[in-house]
Amino acid sequence: MTEAVIEARALTRRFGAVRAVDGLDLEVPRGVIYGLLGPNGSGKSTAIRLFCGLLLPDAGEVRVLGERLPEGAEAVRRRIGYMTQRFSLYEDLTVRENLLFVARVYGLGAEGPARVEAALRAYGLAERAGQFAGTLSGGQKQRLALAAVTLHRPPLLFLDEPTAAVDPRSRRDFWERLFELADGGATLLVSTHYMDEAERCHRLAFLDRGRVVMEGEPRALIEALPVQVLEVDCARPRRAAAVLAATAGVRGVSQLGARLRVLLERDVAEPEAHLARSLTAAGLPPAAVERVRPGLEDVFVAHTEGRRP
Amino acid sequence: MNDGWRLRLQRIGAIVYKELRQLRRDRLTFGMIAGIPLIQILLFGYAINTDVRGLAAGVVDLAGTQLSRRLVADAEASQVLGEVVRLPDPAALEAALRRGELRLGLIIPADFERRLAEADPARPAVQLLIDGTDPIVGNAARALGELWAEGGRRVFAILTRFNPERRSSVFVVPGLIGVILTMTMVLFTAVAIVRERERGNLEFLITTPVAAAELMVGKVLPYIGIGLIQVTLVLALAVALFHVPVNGSLLDLYLAAGMFILANLTLGLFISTVAQSQFQAMQMTFFFFLPSVLLSGFMFTFEAMPAAARHLAELLPLTHFVRLSRGILLRGAGLAELWPELAALAGFAAALLGLALLRFRKRL
Repeated sequence: MTEAVIEARALTRRFGAVRAVDGLDLEVPRGVIYGLLGPNGSGKSTAIRLFCGLLLPDAGEVRVLGERLPEGAEAVRRRIGYMTQRFSLYEDLTVRENLLFVARVYGLGAEGPARVEAALRAYGLAERAGQFAGTLSGGQKQRLALAAVTLHRPPLLFLDEPTAAVDPRSRRDFWERLFELADGGATLLVSTHYMDEAERCHRLAFLDRGRVVMEGEPRALIEALPVQVLEVDCARPRRAAAVLAATAGVRGVSQLGARLRVLLERDVAEPEAHLARSLTAAGLPPAAVERVRPGLEDVFVAHTEGRRP
Repeated sequence: MNDGWRLRLQRIGAIVYKELRQLRRDRLTFGMIAGIPLIQILLFGYAINTDVRGLAAGVVDLAGTQLSRRLVADAEASQVLGEVVRLPDPAALEAALRRGELRLGLIIPADFERRLAEADPARPAVQLLIDGTDPIVGNAARALGELWAEGGRRVFAILTRFNPERRSSVFVVPGLIGVILTMTMVLFTAVAIVRERERGNLEFLITTPVAAAELMVGKVLPYIGIGLIQVTLVLALAVALFHVPVNGSLLDLYLAAGMFILANLTLGLFISTVAQSQFQAMQMTFFFFLPSVLLSGFMFTFEAMPAAARHLAELLPLTHFVRLSRGILLRGAGLAELWPELAALAGFAAALLGLALLRFRKRL
């Protein structure tokens, strides 16, 4: 079960002078939730559209579910579900009408109505079945969209920033559904810039300017981090941040309320003392400096900081 | 693309059904379907007149004398007539009028010179036949009637065919059907696909098995039905309120209207694939609508326009439909006689459908 569901080699797509996807290599194994993480404009949406066959690459190759694109695009289309960033069902149709429309479009025939009713129950939409989709809340719309793209039971699902407009509670519910789908054998490719979402993925790829800069399991990525992370508690955090940013070995500083989170190169010995010395010399002795457990956000920052225009 | 036709039809059916549902909830569009025909037919109670030159005319000269040839030469010299065609007998002249090839005709009887000499008002020397489906033609021809008039005595007997009372509503209504269809059909479909793109629906739809052609057919089908309902509505009002005659076959009229609707819908689809927003689609529709109304012969007599405008007008579906509907409704002509107009509409529809499909593929 290690065969790849998506295989991209040196995939490139330009929009005018901009290389939205620039020599992307990616391999997504079957049956996992695979995260595409990256800042805005890093090429996540373009990559997904290339995998769905919606865009043609300028260079490189991509195979999805064993089919080469674009030749196999029609065959692939029947076996994937694509949940767009924006709600893309009909707001002037009811919840049930939308699902019945999707069922007909996928040629589910006589089985369609039964699957629609089952989906309405499974996604907690049974009470809203007669309501216009446009009047649903953000979370309900996401559930409807997911119900729609899974109606034909595709083995591969693409979700482009699926929870961008959804509150944290709905987001948790939504991820429950995604895990259920993965347990059922589906492969899910999810793009996001939420760290808590990224941490839920089985595997991740960090995208920056259209390339994969890092790839692996979230825990392994954190362990492989080439920096150590410290939190500094001090009186004038904004002044202190400027001092720390200029300190030798510091790769990044960000403020969290009254505290500063500092990424420091791994080979700096006695890191707490190193930072404290620097601050004290500038007349800002810190109240506390302590090492903390790094998270995915630190991985993200360490790999994108200082390389943005 | 190796789907069976059953699946293909199912998908088209799904789109048609969805489209009708949405339409029923779109009160503005729904109101326009009935509102535009109602308002237009009630507003158009007048026509605009202008000078006419170069009308297509035919002559049946049964006398064949020197004097009769002089009369024809004088009529040609009046500039109201264009090239004058010689025809063997009155029946051929009547047929050419019905086909719309000629706008008026002269019949010079065999005893032309004797009648001229007798000067009996009950036995006029020459008959002038006029296509009354266009009031401007009637006015122009009236000027011809003044030819050879001596001392208030007329040589010509003027017979207005197809609209003897010369009522402008009779002249306006057949063309108005076309104007209403142009306005509504192009607009509805022009907006149809742009709306799906604007609302984000298209991004989802194109990842489904729905093919471009299926989407287009599914979008167009409901509007063919709606267009035919509009035709019925205008026609019923025209007959009830303005006593517009239905001289030809209704089946022919509906066939012609169906082809015209198709031509407009394909134009709308094409606009839909070019326009970036619903607003742009609307602008393009009006960009097309205005010349259609002005050049088609609906408002101004076709022959009165300069040659360049006439060539342009031949490219507009409305021009052909105005000829078809006036021919069928007023002159009682059949599609067998008017087939070139029908063929022009079919050609227009085929060309634009092809263009729309090409454009749509590129955007996937």
